[in-house]
Amino acid sequence: MKIAALVFKEVRELLTPATILPAIFMMLIFAGMGGMIGGMEKKAMEKPNVEIITHDNESYASFYTSILKKYCNEGKENIAVIEIPSNFSSLIKEGKKAEIHIKWLLKGTGIAESASITAVRKAIEIANNELVAKIVEEKKINASIIFSPVEYDEYTIIKNREVAAAPEKIISFFSSQSMSIPIVIMIMIVTSGGIVISSMGMEKENKTLETLLTLPIKRSYIVTGKIIGATIVGAIIAFLYMLGLRYYISSFGMQEKLAGFNLNGIDYALISISLFFSLLAGLSLCLVIGSFAKNYKSAQILSLPVSILAIIPMFILMFQDFSSMSTPLKAIIFSIPFSHPMMAPSLLLLDEYSLVVYGIVYSAIFSIICILVATWIFKTDLLITGRIRK
Amino acid sequence: MQAVVVEGLRKNYGRIKAVKGISFSVAKGEIFGIIGPNGVGKTTVLRILATIIKKDGGNAKIFGYEIGKDDEKIREIISYLPEEAGAYKNMRGIEYLKFISNFFEGCDIEKAIEIANLGERIYDKIESYSKGMVRRLLVARVLMAKPKLAILDEPTSGLDVINANEIRRIIKNYAAHGTTFLISSHNMLEVEYLCDRIALMNNGIIVEEGKPEELKERYDAENIEEVFLKVIK
Repeated sequence: MKIAALVFKEVRELLTPATILPAIFMMLIFAGMGGMIGGMEKKAMEKPNVEIITHDNESYASFYTSILKKYCNEGKENIAVIEIPSNFSSLIKEGKKAEIHIKWLLKGTGIAESASITAVRKAIEIANNELVAKIVEEKKINASIIFSPVEYDEYTIIKNREVAAAPEKIISFFSSQSMSIPIVIMIMIVTSGGIVISSMGMEKENKTLETLLTLPIKRSYIVTGKIIGATIVGAIIAFLYMLGLRYYISSFGMQEKLAGFNLNGIDYALISISLFFSLLAGLSLCLVIGSFAKNYKSAQILSLPVSILAIIPMFILMFQDFSSMSTPLKAIIFSIPFSHPMMAPSLLLLDEYSLVVYGIVYSAIFSIICILVATWIFKTDLLITGRIRK
Repeated sequence: MQAVVVEGLRKNYGRIKAVKGISFSVAKGEIFGIIGPNGVGKTTVLRILATIIKKDGGNAKIFGYEIGKDDEKIREIISYLPEEAGAYKNMRGIEYLKFISNFFEGCDIEKAIEIANLGERIYDKIESYSKGMVRRLLVARVLMAKPKLAILDEPTSGLDVINANEIRRIIKNYAAHGTTFLISSHNMLEVEYLCDRIALMNNGIIVEEGKPEELKERYDAENIEEVFLKVIK
């Protein structure tokens, strides 16, 4: 009951428009960017509007025009005018290169214009390939052999596991897994960590901490209340960011699937446990750091080291796999508790459970130590006088 | 039983000796004032007795419970008002009182609303309150818990005459009903009016102690301010 009241107080104080609005704003920005990118991709998939002017009615020109018309619309607001000259077919028959004239009609210089341009180029590329196939097949040669004379039968060995896929596809799959999670975890740690430290600064500045310390409750309750309150607020903010980020990332079509690499219920449970202890470790560390804040302003500066600790593993893990790191780098990444939930999905996809479990155990120990230190600080003069007297 | 007994209390901040072995006692139902200029150690004494900071030496007991040993028991029977304290700005006045009531048994929220005397503004956010309104809310919070000992650090500091007078009236009224008050102030005229007994503090020590009338008579002074000046001369 007393802890519930303390948690309510923390959430009431921290969940303000000042903390929620930036998160909603960022969510809308991410969602908007995702919508724009998705729209461009959709536009690139659509048939572009093109005017095709043909001065040649011979076989190759007619064939070429029919392919272009298959992949382009002829209508208003054309992006290009494609002109096929009268000597198109005759040049090809003579074994020479034919020419087409393309006049681009740009309405603006925005990046959105490039989607239609790409679609036209794709249509021309298809028409060229079809024309090559027609010419080759007229000479009684199988066109598919000319285009692709060798077929690949490739397998990739990863962590003693044979996967029937190209390495690029595996890397792309794991990258898609490891891009969004570190960002969301970093945002969650930085936001809720900053909230804890700022809360300490505000409590000191308003002298509400002095009142809190004279209430008939255990000091560990105050510490717990602050950590749970910040976790709730941090989770809400991270959820808002995640909503926007998920939409943004899905707009790239990165949510690929790869046979044999799936997360099951136990995996998701382990990721959740890892995230919980990582957040707990971060927030209890912030509470220790926040004890040194003299006021709200100094609290802002003190939250910087925690932000750096969250950003370092995020950047490294976005581009490098834990197992391929050097031993000193591995030690650094492992020692930062925020790394573990960032690494967990990739590790679990590769069935490397031991490292995930070690990470959880390490984060739990780190949290317990920080909570004990924070509780000890709450029992000393440090909070009020800046000096330790137990 | 005395409400507060302090013997040889000492507190250092590094090399600075903030409190240099002071002793005093407060009877049950008494309003006892520690007075003196800023920086003489008044707040330090109150913080030690409110169990916020630790003493470096000496002994202090509150209703028989020893400071440093029985702190959790002491927190159940005291209520502390820090100097120039604020409240949680995003809470409404009523929410703040309800929040504090979670930690004390038998809190009278209706009485607290009456003491705060904020009318409909009790339902507004604290961030919209004036300094005087916040102070009245905090005094209501202190008394709502029905403490045996209320420790008030500069209870009327920074308030206008009307608000200061209202708070003094509330304190007197509660003392008449048995609550013991330990008050610090640098406003010597206020303490003279409010307190049953006072201790004059200077440079970390108590330089004089007694009833305001006795002290004025002893030093042939018109008010406590004059007494203080004569004592430290």
